[in-house]
Parts: sequence; structure tokens; C-alpha cells
Amino acid sequence: MDTIIQGKAYVLGKNIDTDQIIPAEHLVYSLSDPEEVKLYGKYALSGVPPEQGGLPQGNIPFINEGGFRSDYTIIVAGPNFGCGSSREHAPFALQVAGAKAIIAESYARIFYRNCVDGGFVIPYESAHPLTEAVRTGDELKIDIEENTVTNLTTGVTLPLNPLGDVFNIVKAGGIFAYARQENLMARN
Amino acid sequence: MAQTITQKILSRAANRKFVDAGENVWLNVDILLTHDVCGPPTFDIFKQEFGPDAKVWDPEKVVVLPDHYIFTANEHARRNIDLLRQFAAQQELPNYYDVGTDRYKGVCHVALAEEGFNIPGTVLFGTDSHTCTSGAFGMFGTGIGNTDAAFILGTGKLWEKVPESMKFTFEGEMPEYLSAKDLILQILGDIGTDGATYRAMEFDGEAVYSLPVEERMTLTNMAIEAGGMNGIIAADAVTEAYVKAHSSKPYEVFHSDPNALYHSVRRYNVRDMEPVVAQPHSPDNRATVRSVQGAKITKSYIGSCTGGKLTDFMLAAKILKGKQVTVPTNIVPATVKVARDLETETYEGVTLKKIFEDAGCSIALPSCAACLGGPADTVGRSVDYDVVVSTTNRNFPGRMGSKKAGVYLASPLTAAASAVTGKLTDPRDFL
Repeated sequence: MDTIIQGKAYVLGKNIDTDQIIPAEHLVYSLSDPEEVKLYGKYALSGVPPEQGGLPQGNIPFINEGGFRSDYTIIVAGPNFGCGSSREHAPFALQVAGAKAIIAESYARIFYRNCVDGGFVIPYESAHPLTEAVRTGDELKIDIEENTVTNLTTGVTLPLNPLGDVFNIVKAGGIFAYARQENLMARN
Repeated sequence: MAQTITQKILSRAANRKFVDAGENVWLNVDILLTHDVCGPPTFDIFKQEFGPDAKVWDPEKVVVLPDHYIFTANEHARRNIDLLRQFAAQQELPNYYDVGTDRYKGVCHVALAEEGFNIPGTVLFGTDSHTCTSGAFGMFGTGIGNTDAAFILGTGKLWEKVPESMKFTFEGEMPEYLSAKDLILQILGDIGTDGATYRAMEFDGEAVYSLPVEERMTLTNMAIEAGGMNGIIAADAVTEAYVKAHSSKPYEVFHSDPNALYHSVRRYNVRDMEPVVAQPHSPDNRATVRSVQGAKITKSYIGSCTGGKLTDFMLAAKILKGKQVTVPTNIVPATVKVARDLETETYEGVTLKKIFEDAGCSIALPSCAACLGGPADTVGRSVDYDVVVSTTNRNFPGRMGSKKAGVYLASPLTAAASAVTGKLTDPRDFL
């Protein structure tokens, strides 16, 4: 896996629940059909009220009209990102849209597990609130070995909380890859 | 070493004598639950990872209850039911409850109880965040995603971090104007939507143990709304009677040790509490009904795993008997069993069904329906600037359909009283 993730930031507020990440009406599409999967990218973050998308100014769409890939690859958010429903479609939709990492102040448990065990996006916790230090469109660089994020637009570097126990699952690319590597898939 | 009830159940599932809060342990799973939204992608991952001809670890332990998008013309939703049906046939799953047959049940968390899958002392994982509901039976239940569920399908195991526990004790005799919904909304207002993240929420006290099992399920159901891993209530004689009436499986009753360590303990006296709502757009945005009384509503909705059980409709019927609703009011029984009970259970000699029909409510077929919005043709889905008073569990923007709508989460008593006046109304005005 790459040790550097670099891209444009998309900034959101607190308590972004999975209905905002992918509204329930879109949960009917296949997650394996390559064409249908694009719909998850198209509707990623479409449940966020427009004025709360792309902070601080707001009204910045995550996905441009008609597209399914985002110009933004790093999502920055406040506390309790991914609360609500257990739908794995949520981190999947972000991945399809091209997101590589999220930096939030904290996560809801099921969303966090889904990100890690499904190998969709890397869920970083920022040691300090980042939503004040980053504007949508800023260029960010995450250093996975150093656990830091640098805002290349402002030149400020800030620490990220180490991934701890789950780093090995993230590195392997998900729970199945990790379990094979560790020989954990035998029955009983 | 002293342990909480949650630690004891996880110790049993990990084949250990003791597990400590914060450690990651591998658990043997007793039941895996899935439904029409998360079942098909879970089965895809299972086949991809274990092979197209692989068999699930134990067909008896896989429960598939379609409930989310049932009564819709949406072709993708219908395809998902077909995919469940194919997988259940291929794997010979005895616990598949097919749509359009007399096996169809309805909302999975309520059906699990009715069908005898909630067994004290066991471990349940489900591809639905409200899987924590089953904790009302003194068992461990929690939600997971498709990848984790596929892992269980193949191996019967999953890792979990042992949670710290928060204890919530409700003393006093429940007044008739309160329901379990008011108790959990009170807690949510106190601790917030991330106040219990990664933790167990344990409920006890005289008021909790005076409640029927269905009302206890409302408490554990909304543990996830505080970010909780699980909600749990140790089994008592009421639980055991319910379990014995619905299952012949053996069970084991666990209790927290008196000296077990807790993250925190909160005490309430229900006599000091009032009917409350969660205002738009968050389940922790609590207000007493009195303080927001008179706010205009456009719809009332009584249904879901949280508020569509027989006990919820009994409470609503107390208010609606002999009254007329003044806004569209949807009655959505959680399951086929609840729907049948509406036809036979009575309040003051009149069946609940007749009370609701005479009051002008619409009674829908059992499913999750508009609790989570759903496809465009879903019964009760919010539109435009609807203001809904609802017995469901979430009111984040767009949850019940329209992003512009507002949802007040409330008890069945408050939802019914408000349906009559067309404004948020404290149920004490009618009792």
C-alpha cells in the first residue's frame, strides 16, 4: 500500500449519518455489477443538505452533475462520522467516488469497522479538530508511516491518531486478506 | 474478576472465563441475521471469498428476514428479494421468511423475538444497526456490515472489541403518560448521539423491570442512536416466560457482578420525568413535549422496530379511541403477527384495528416502510416540507424521505395525541 495519500479535501460537519452518505432509496443497486456500481459514486454524499456540503462556504457538490467520481479524495469531518444505519454501501459509495481516506474527529463503530474490514477507505481520527484548519479544495497530504496530515495549501502539519490494532487489517486490505495472512479462516 | 453481563456473555462466546473491556476477542456466533438490503451484497462477498460452491457454516444459525423494501414496484428492490430466495434455496436455509408467502414476517428485530431466536446468554450479529434490539432478552446483539457478515457466514466467528459498560437505572413506578420511548429519548438528550460509542448500555431498575418485553426492546433498540455497541437488560421472570413461550432452546441467564466496573452510572426516577420528543434533525435534540407544544405537524407515523409493536399500538389506542385524527396518520405494524393482533386485541372492548380505522388512520402492511424513507412509492414517505411526528428511531436530514422535511421522534402516546390535534401535544392532555 502507498505510504502517502494526497488529494483535495472535502469538508463536512458533525454527525454525518449513513443516510446522508448514501440515502436509503439508493441501497437497491448491485454492489458487484461494474456499471451499476457507478450509481453509488453518483449518489455519494447526496443526502447532505446542500448548504452543509463543502464547508466552510457550503453548497459545493461532492460529485459534479452527471458524474460518479469526485474531485475530492480526502474527506474531513467533525465527530461521530458514519453514525446511523449499518449499511456497508456507505464506505463503498465513498470508495467508488474516489475517496481514499477520511479524517474525522471520531466515528460510529459500525461505519469504522466497515471501512477497515471491507478495505474501502482509511478512517483516520484527527488528534485536533481539523474542520477549522482545512477548507474544501485545500490540497492535503497524509503520511501513513508518520501519522501526520499536511495542508499543502496552508503549509500546516498536524498529527493523526495512530490506527493501532487495525493498522494490520488496513495494510492487508481488509479482514479477508488479513485473516488469510494470519490463518484465521479455518472453521473452529 | 468481576464482570458486567456483557463481558460474561462475550466470555462465554470466546470460550474464556474472563474478558476485559478494550480487548479484541474472537467470538463464536450463535445467530447471524440479514435482510433484503444487506443480504444480497453479503452473499456476493461470501461466494467471492469462500468460493461459488461454499456452504455456510451452519444453516440453522442463519436467519434471513426480508423487511426493508417489500411493498414496492421498484425493480431493483424486487431483484434483491429474488437474490435472497436463490441463496436460501441453494444453501437450504431453514430460517428464510419469503415475501409473498405465509412465512413472511416483517420487521426483522421484532420477528426475531416472535420466532424464538432471542435466547438469553447468546451472541447475535446482524447486518442492521438495530440488531441491538435483541439485548432486551439478556443477550448480546449488535450490528455489522456486509463484509463482517460474510466472514461469519463462512467461519461462524468474528472479532469484536469488548465494550466498557454504561449503566442506566430507572427507579419509580412508570406513570401512564410515559413509555420506554420517553426514557431512551431522555438518555439520548443527556449523553448525545455519540455518548455511548463503542460501549454497552445496560438498563435496570424497578421501572425497567415493570415493562413488558416489547417495551424493553424500545430501550435497547435505540442504544445505537447513542453510538452504543449493544443495549442490554438482564433476563428476569418476564423475559423467561416470553422465551419459553416462543422457543424450546436452552438458555443461560447472566447478571452483572455487583462490583463490576462501569464507565459511568446514571440514575433516573421516572416520577420526575416528562413526555419528550427529539426535535429535527438529531435523536439527541431533546425537548419536553410541553416546551414545544403547539408546533404544527403534517403527518403522524406509528410503526417500525422501535414503535410498531403491539404494546406501542395499545398505547396509541388509549388516546385514539373515540377520537379523529386531523393529519394523515400511518399505522404500520412491524410484523404480520402484530397486524393480526390488531384485529383481536382490544382496548375497552373494541379491537385496536377498529379504533384506528374509526379514528381515520391508514393501516399499512408490515415492513420497515417509511422509517428509512425507502423507494418513492413507500407508504408514509415524507415529501417536501412535511413535519412528521414519528415513533421511529432516527430523524437525521432525509431519513424518512424528503431532505427538507423535519421529523420529531416521539412515544406512541405523543404521536397519537399529536395526530388528533394536528400539533405537537402532550399525551397528558388526553389521559
